Amino acid sequence: MLDKTLAELAQGLATGEFSSVELTQNYLDRINAEDGKLNSFITVTPEQALAQASAADQRRAAGNADAFTGLPIAHKDIFCTQGVRTSCGSKMLDNFVSPYNATIVEHFNQAGAVSLGKTNMDEFAMGSSNESSFYGPARNPWNTDCVPGGSSGGSAASIAGGLTPAATGSDTGGSIRQPAALCGITGLKPTYGRVSRYGMIAYASSLDQAGPMTRTAEDSAMMLNVMAGFDPKDSTSLDRPVPDYTLTLNDSLKGLKIGLPKEFFSDDIDPQITIQVQNAIREFEALGATVKQISLPNTHLAIPAYYIIAPAEASSNLSRFDGVRYGYRCEDPTDLEDMYKRSRGEGFGEEVKRRIMVGTYALSEGFYDAYYKKALQIRRLIQQDYVTALSEVDIIMGPTTPHPAFKLGEKTADPVTMYMEDIFTLSLNLAGMPGISVPCGFANGLPVGLQMIGNYFAEERLLNAAHQFQQATDWHTQTPGQ
Amino acid sequence: MEWEAVIGLEIHAQLATKSKIFSGASTAFGAEPNTQACAVDLALPGTLPVFNAEALRMAVLFGLAIDAEIGYTSVFDRKNYFYPDLPKGYQTSQLFHPIVGTGYVDLELEDGTVKRVGVTRAHLEEDAGKSLHEEFPSMTGIDLNRAGTPLLEIVSEPDMRSAEEAVAYVKKIHSIVTNLGICDGNMAEGSFRCDCNVSVRYKGEEAFGNRTETKNINSFRFIEKAIKGEIIRQIDILEDGGYITQETRLYDANKDETRSMRSKEEANDYRYFPCPDLLPIVIDDDYVNQLRDTLPELPDARKARFIEQYQLSDYDAMVLSAYRDLSHYFETVANTAGDAKLAANWVMGELSKLLNQNDTEINASPVSAEQLGGLLLRIKDNTITGKIAKQVFEAMWAGEGSADEVIESKGLKQVTDSGAIEAMVDDVIAANQPQVDQYVNAEPDKRGKMIGFFMGKVMQASQGKANPGQVQGLLKQKLDALANG
Repeated sequence: MLDKTLAELAQGLATGEFSSVELTQNYLDRINAEDGKLNSFITVTPEQALAQASAADQRRAAGNADAFTGLPIAHKDIFCTQGVRTSCGSKMLDNFVSPYNATIVEHFNQAGAVSLGKTNMDEFAMGSSNESSFYGPARNPWNTDCVPGGSSGGSAASIAGGLTPAATGSDTGGSIRQPAALCGITGLKPTYGRVSRYGMIAYASSLDQAGPMTRTAEDSAMMLNVMAGFDPKDSTSLDRPVPDYTLTLNDSLKGLKIGLPKEFFSDDIDPQITIQVQNAIREFEALGATVKQISLPNTHLAIPAYYIIAPAEASSNLSRFDGVRYGYRCEDPTDLEDMYKRSRGEGFGEEVKRRIMVGTYALSEGFYDAYYKKALQIRRLIQQDYVTALSEVDIIMGPTTPHPAFKLGEKTADPVTMYMEDIFTLSLNLAGMPGISVPCGFANGLPVGLQMIGNYFAEERLLNAAHQFQQATDWHTQTPGQ
Repeated sequence: MEWEAVIGLEIHAQLATKSKIFSGASTAFGAEPNTQACAVDLALPGTLPVFNAEALRMAVLFGLAIDAEIGYTSVFDRKNYFYPDLPKGYQTSQLFHPIVGTGYVDLELEDGTVKRVGVTRAHLEEDAGKSLHEEFPSMTGIDLNRAGTPLLEIVSEPDMRSAEEAVAYVKKIHSIVTNLGICDGNMAEGSFRCDCNVSVRYKGEEAFGNRTETKNINSFRFIEKAIKGEIIRQIDILEDGGYITQETRLYDANKDETRSMRSKEEANDYRYFPCPDLLPIVIDDDYVNQLRDTLPELPDARKARFIEQYQLSDYDAMVLSAYRDLSHYFETVANTAGDAKLAANWVMGELSKLLNQNDTEINASPVSAEQLGGLLLRIKDNTITGKIAKQVFEAMWAGEGSADEVIESKGLKQVTDSGAIEAMVDDVIAANQPQVDQYVNAEPDKRGKMIGFFMGKVMQASQGKANPGQVQGLLKQKLDALANG
């Protein structure tokens, strides 16, 4: 039961093969038994989960179940959950119990989903390895000496480890796609504005986007059906109709035009990854797609631009954590300034402080034009690269990451090396388009991710292509040995 | 060398929206602390702002009222600084692209000249909460009810040269925003407050001196006093060979002086940048033109109309046109009584006196405009004298009924029966022989003044009810007859 997909579990619930309470209890037992090794959850909510499961079973008995009723999921601990600690992976919010639900949490509750708990993450979503979490790193189920990726590392590890069939994630520079790739699961970053950000603790507001993390593309379609849509509480969410993403999964890929940017196939990439990605692309050709070389000429500027824009926004977004109204406050402050300095100094971890400082500097008087304004100009160039490329092809493909999962501690000493792991993912956040990572093979026994990028609101096409690939391959069905 | 002051003002007008600028919480004043602060106002993690379009409407109306450029694309920026009553650690404001650009107002000065003062810009922003330092020993209380209240910050050019001009400007803006109905103008509650930038220089110099900014002054009188005091302070320092520190100052109304709050050297770098949670506000001509059609009559236009329509003096027209409620009251009285001059005198005289004495707003006046108009009708038709009317008005104010009811119940009806008046006149002449002799022996051109004595006696005898015109006529006739005997 624990290796099943959401679609399969939904079938089991519908046919009465098992109840939501039984299903939920199974996952809770599994978390209890296995999460000591993976550390993929920050908070597990068994009582709430079983109550939701019981309500879902009643709803089903009353004939009111819909597609998601009774299905267990987990939420990244960046989403506010009413009555449940919402830590964002930080000591700063270790004591914060949210009085309200994020919009997407509310959507899942309405749909009758069961929340098993809150998954581990890099502190305030800043990191690519889950090592910046105040609660210690989550570990990669394929090799527990390795990182699961980040920042949604707990979500990815818990799915790969069979502790939940699906989880929510958030992606500011690759935080869904990169851990999905490293843990051998499917992860979708939707178009900016497709999913409400209300209640998702902000890291970099103009880049943050919530999305599904699942075993399969079909499951991601089911999740996105619940998550997507306009939210009057989020001015940056877009008022566009939401299709049923499961309806187009089986469309033919005949004539699909795939673009391969030469910048995504450089020599810096692990050669085994390149091989697996090339094999995957041959699979798409077999499914009727055509392939052409393209260029995204400003790709090399994505990391510098990102590491101005994201920290700049973060430096402002994280100002609210001041020890005044909620969250961590230092012991016995002597005055206001002491309270600010020690509450923030003690409450934030190293990586968060680094980015606050970088962002503060970039926005400072006299530096704004040279850094922030310049970065916004580069952002437009990168966006233009994608717009141009996607006027010629339907989907851009390449590796999700340059390397498979690395060892814990391997890159923590050098932040820039760590930042380079997001080289293929973060330009997409700057452009605002959707991207999905699907498993496409292994390198040294560790999963490899194929990234597919589509135009604005091309989630249907991406999920369709990913699903067709998964119908033709079995990488997504592989699970780590126990 | 003669000194000259240079004054520029920043006015914060709280917009009269029902809910806050970025949340649905109420903006009502005076609730229990932190009962009108929702998740967004508290800056709970994950919350996002949603712009209140009503604030936009009000800001654009103001722009149209001062003939300003309207920002067809305006953008919210974050002004970053830490303060306990600033929940997000930044204030959402508009630095680079404000909703209202350059405009102006015309001030009428006491010497009758008109001075044009430029408005540099007006932008939308959110108010902060309040820090309460006194109520909790060694701690500070935070009340976030006010956090997120919409403000229109109106920035003037440094065009004013005296405290009087500054106050005239503030009054003008006050009258515009209240006439537009976009601000309640309540200065005591902080709905309308003013930061004064003051510097001095030698008259004729082009360069500005170092300026100070005196923050959050909340009455017209304090603005005048604070600026006057600050000008004198700066001149004293400069004449002693000193140097003006560019700094923020606070006005202490109790001591009538300003004192230093913080100097510019320790000021924040606010690290402004466009707020990524809010989209740019884009408006078009249709929107602006629709609002233009809803513009109410503004004080300048109304003043011109009052002069034209009611033949009021320039001064009376200015006073009566400044505020919508007052103007409306006056016009109702004038139309009811059919006499604008009389209405103007009463509204600016007796009515204003009682309103001030009782600290009452005109729309809470216990005597309605229709009632006052009714009273004036009784003066005009000679039912009562002007003097008796004041007595009647006070009774009306005290709730004793309409003019007719008071006149009736108190028996104040004027005596116009010429027989009765003649009898009283004869009695007074007979009873005051010495004064009659004086009158008779006086030079003719001195007699006019002397008649007042007899007037008083007759009016006294009639308990004020005799028609003064008739009394005067009869007295003159009879006394002159004696004199010319």
